[in-house]
Amino acid sequence: MDVNEIQDEIIDDFSGVDDWLDKYQLLIDMGNGLEPLDEQLKKPENLIEGCQSRVWVCASFDSSTRKIHFEAESDTVIVKGLVYLLLKVLNDRTPEEVLATDLYFIEKIGLKEHLSPTRSNGLNSIIKQIWNYAIAFKTAS
Amino acid sequence: MSLSVSEIRKDFPILGQQVYGKPLVYFDNAATTQKPLCVIRTIEEGYALHNANVHRGVHFLSQQATDAHEQARQTVQKFINASSPDEIIFTRGTTESINLVAFSFGEAFCHEGDEIVVSVMEHHSNIVPWQMLCERKHMHLRVIPMTAEGVLCMEDYKALLSERVRLVAVTQVSNVLGTVNPVKEMIAEAHLHNIPVLVDGAQAIAHLSVDVQDMDADFYAFSAHKVYGPTGLGVLYGKRKFLDAMPPYQGGGEMIDQVHFEKTTYNVLPFKFEAGTPDFIGTTALKSALDYIQSVGMDNIAAYEHELIGYATEHVSSLDGMSIIGTAPGKGAVLSFVFWNIHPYDIGTLLDHLGIAIRTGHHCAQPLLERMGLDVCARASFAFYNTEEEIDAFVAALKRIRKMF
Repeated sequence: MDVNEIQDEIIDDFSGVDDWLDKYQLLIDMGNGLEPLDEQLKKPENLIEGCQSRVWVCASFDSSTRKIHFEAESDTVIVKGLVYLLLKVLNDRTPEEVLATDLYFIEKIGLKEHLSPTRSNGLNSIIKQIWNYAIAFKTAS
Repeated sequence: MSLSVSEIRKDFPILGQQVYGKPLVYFDNAATTQKPLCVIRTIEEGYALHNANVHRGVHFLSQQATDAHEQARQTVQKFINASSPDEIIFTRGTTESINLVAFSFGEAFCHEGDEIVVSVMEHHSNIVPWQMLCERKHMHLRVIPMTAEGVLCMEDYKALLSERVRLVAVTQVSNVLGTVNPVKEMIAEAHLHNIPVLVDGAQAIAHLSVDVQDMDADFYAFSAHKVYGPTGLGVLYGKRKFLDAMPPYQGGGEMIDQVHFEKTTYNVLPFKFEAGTPDFIGTTALKSALDYIQSVGMDNIAAYEHELIGYATEHVSSLDGMSIIGTAPGKGAVLSFVFWNIHPYDIGTLLDHLGIAIRTGHHCAQPLLERMGLDVCARASFAFYNTEEEIDAFVAALKRIRKMF
């Protein structure tokens, strides 16, 4: 599936959920399902520190397939749920694919508030960090 | 109780609204307080009817604005029982008040090798300005420790008061723990060694009667927005003997006597420390806020808030997995907590959607949280317009959130 098909699938998953509490329940369940990051990877250079929560993002690049593999974790379950969704869309894509993606699903599923730059959970910072990796890998390859 | 909360709530228009379809429960009063209608009207009327720059004009509006601004200074003076309005300096907030002292007192009285004493429970605003002073003057910052309950260790405090200490800067009420520090005793102790004391009153001013002469504070700082007044305005009280000896903080209009390229002389107190056009609409709105509090009665407010924190502590601590941060005897209306291992960010986000506004994070007191072995925590902080029903809703919401994890 291409990135937008996955985004549409996520929008579909959330579309049946009207109550915000159920929406967050879904996000929490997804967060709890996020593969935990190896403790050794929770090092300062992978840390995106906000005022409220800590998020670690690391990436590896397979030069034969030209795909980036991201791994990430947060100490808050809601942010973990958001990270789970982000990685579902952007993981194992080429740098070009990552950089060309318009992440419209966040707004469509009603979680746009988490994108606000004043919101200190750093979802914006996570996306920026993912882009930075993509730019770096694109330049290097 | 001798105050009618349902009547009081009518004075605060913001409290009547809904968020996400739920009645707003505002428990973030330690961050900022809501404004009564009289304050909002003073601001509106100030701009609609009385706006003119103060202290400079001979015209009617300017005279009127100057009178209102100076009356506000006198209201502040009486509210904290300062001996003279000359000792009341308007600033942009507690933070600027403390920075002013750190700079100007530092210039006048501090030298290499000297020390400043703060406590471990200070807000960053009462830490960083002193660190900057210490860096500038090659001085040292000393820290009063506290117990696990959040009580300052007085023996350690006394031991810190050496001849190298130039100033003690301590908060009257902790913004995280709610601890009410024995500032009067601490000041008396410091004065035995001729050390002046700055009291950070940001979290005290709205919750207890403040008498700077009785506590014998040398400096007292607070923000208008924490005492139901407008944002962007603060107060620094300082004893005349120190203020007179201190150089100005900022240069510009208002603070001058004569300006010549050869030499400029400075204005008298309090104007020496008030460079630039003051927020003269804000000061009149602060006056309205203080008048409003006086009409309700600070003792009534304190007694009611004491009941509220007691009720909240009892009901919140009955929840499984709840641990309350800060259990000092006689603490103020602040309830910081950790609930199971649910991240405070998650608690705050979910409570928000239930209409309940609390604070999460490090509350600008990282050294304090570190002392408590935490990075972040959640905080509910109350005001005299909050109710026991709101606390019930808060407890019910926490139970509901617990089930989601």
